[in-house]
Amino acid sequence: MIKIRAKKNLITSHGPIRLEVDFQILDKEFITLFGPSGVGKTTILRMIAGLTDPDEGFIQVDDEVWFDSDKGINRPIQERQISFVSQDYNLFPNMTVRENLEYALKDKKDESLINEFLEMVHLTELSGRKPDMLSGGQKQRVALIRALLRKPKIFLLDEPLSAVDLELRLKLQDEIFALYNQFKIPTIFVTHNLSEIFKLAHQIFIMEEGRIVRFGKPSEVFGEDALSGKFKFVGSILELEKEDFICIVTVQIGNNLTRVVATEEEARDWRVGDRVLVAAKAFNPIIFKI
Amino acid sequence: MSFDLSPLILTFKLASVTTLILVLIGVPLAYWVAFTPRKWKYIIEPLISMPLVLPPTVLGFYILLFFSPRSFLGNFLDTVLHIQVVFTFLGLVIGSVLFSLPFMVNPIKAGFQSFPKSLIEASYALGKSRRETLLKVILPNIKPSLLTGVVMAFTHTVGEFGVVLMIGGSIPGKTRIASIAIFSEVEALNYSNANFYSGILFLISFMILFVLNAINRKAFKTI
Repeated sequence: MIKIRAKKNLITSHGPIRLEVDFQILDKEFITLFGPSGVGKTTILRMIAGLTDPDEGFIQVDDEVWFDSDKGINRPIQERQISFVSQDYNLFPNMTVRENLEYALKDKKDESLINEFLEMVHLTELSGRKPDMLSGGQKQRVALIRALLRKPKIFLLDEPLSAVDLELRLKLQDEIFALYNQFKIPTIFVTHNLSEIFKLAHQIFIMEEGRIVRFGKPSEVFGEDALSGKFKFVGSILELEKEDFICIVTVQIGNNLTRVVATEEEARDWRVGDRVLVAAKAFNPIIFKI
Repeated sequence: MSFDLSPLILTFKLASVTTLILVLIGVPLAYWVAFTPRKWKYIIEPLISMPLVLPPTVLGFYILLFFSPRSFLGNFLDTVLHIQVVFTFLGLVIGSVLFSLPFMVNPIKAGFQSFPKSLIEASYALGKSRRETLLKVILPNIKPSLLTGVVMAFTHTVGEFGVVLMIGGSIPGKTRIASIAIFSEVEALNYSNANFYSGILFLISFMILFVLNAINRKAFKTI
């Protein structure tokens, strides 16, 4: 069980905010912190890791107190058994893949673990390469297994997949989940990608301006809006074609284009580039596997 | 015609000893200046760089005063430890170390400061101490800066004149290094001797810088 209570005044790019959080993570739980940038998600991870000190607070992992401002306890990062993976990979450029992994080992006897882990993420062949000879996805895999070799009590992931493209992202999500399932290390995953939350998290904490405003299972938290029987997407108008009495509107939703019919009257005030909500109400959506 | 090689040998001995000492004190000093949050580094930093702007004779003059047998320190070293600094090789080394300090410290400091903080934090997060992080992560990745510091300190010591003349004078075989020998030979109108020393210094300096550039090109490619 991990307990975190922390207060800190932060200066963000949107001005000063007061970070104030108090939450717990159960054993073997995978949670995500979700919210726009500048609300203090990364700071929470840094405070758990010992890279940033809370102004006041209390952090306990299992039965070890890592931080207690009342008692003046503040364990250095080296004595907190954490792993931290961010989108910059942070592999050491002077070491090969294998040397990077060896560096993370506490006990040199665990050498065989390295081979096992390399095998698991299919990087055995590349173990003699320096990081700059790897692709983004390969680097991220090395960073993930290096973090696991540390045998952490808590695994901190700060938007680890935001630097890779969509296809790779989906693949790495699966790999992270597989690694998690194998080791069951309590994990905090910072993201602003919804698919990651649904795929990975047991619990989600939604943050706004330094506070956790909602939390629960992803399906509960998003229950009212995203999981209703309605379709509701926000997009922007790419094209307006007038034909007789109707108007065909091309809307971009994410990476997809869709065409919607509107009456001439409805479309009168619309301009290309306007943000619109596309919704379907009256019937049940039909799902096809693609 | 035979040339006295002792000034050249002395020059390279002085430069080697000075560089070695500067590596030992320059790396920790640069690390401290680059990473300490303490305010008084803002006094230490300009002090380290003083030799860049100070006339060498001023530095030499103060070292001379400081270590002269009439001063408290010089007297103590002389009578208690039987160490003489002024007009000895030891004096040259002390003067050179102080004078070349910024040439060693500044490039290494710049290397430390431009090294990504996230990599240092990654090493700490893997449970490694500051010392281990410095030796295994930071230093191997700032090799070009280290090399620049070493070569700049070495070549700068080779080219020293004012400080050495003030502290060591021009005692043949003892404190007369090549740059001073050149001056003395010109004063004595022995142009061919001066030419000999000058030519060798010119060639060696060029070669050192040439090799440094080659190594740096390669280092940047492999890191």
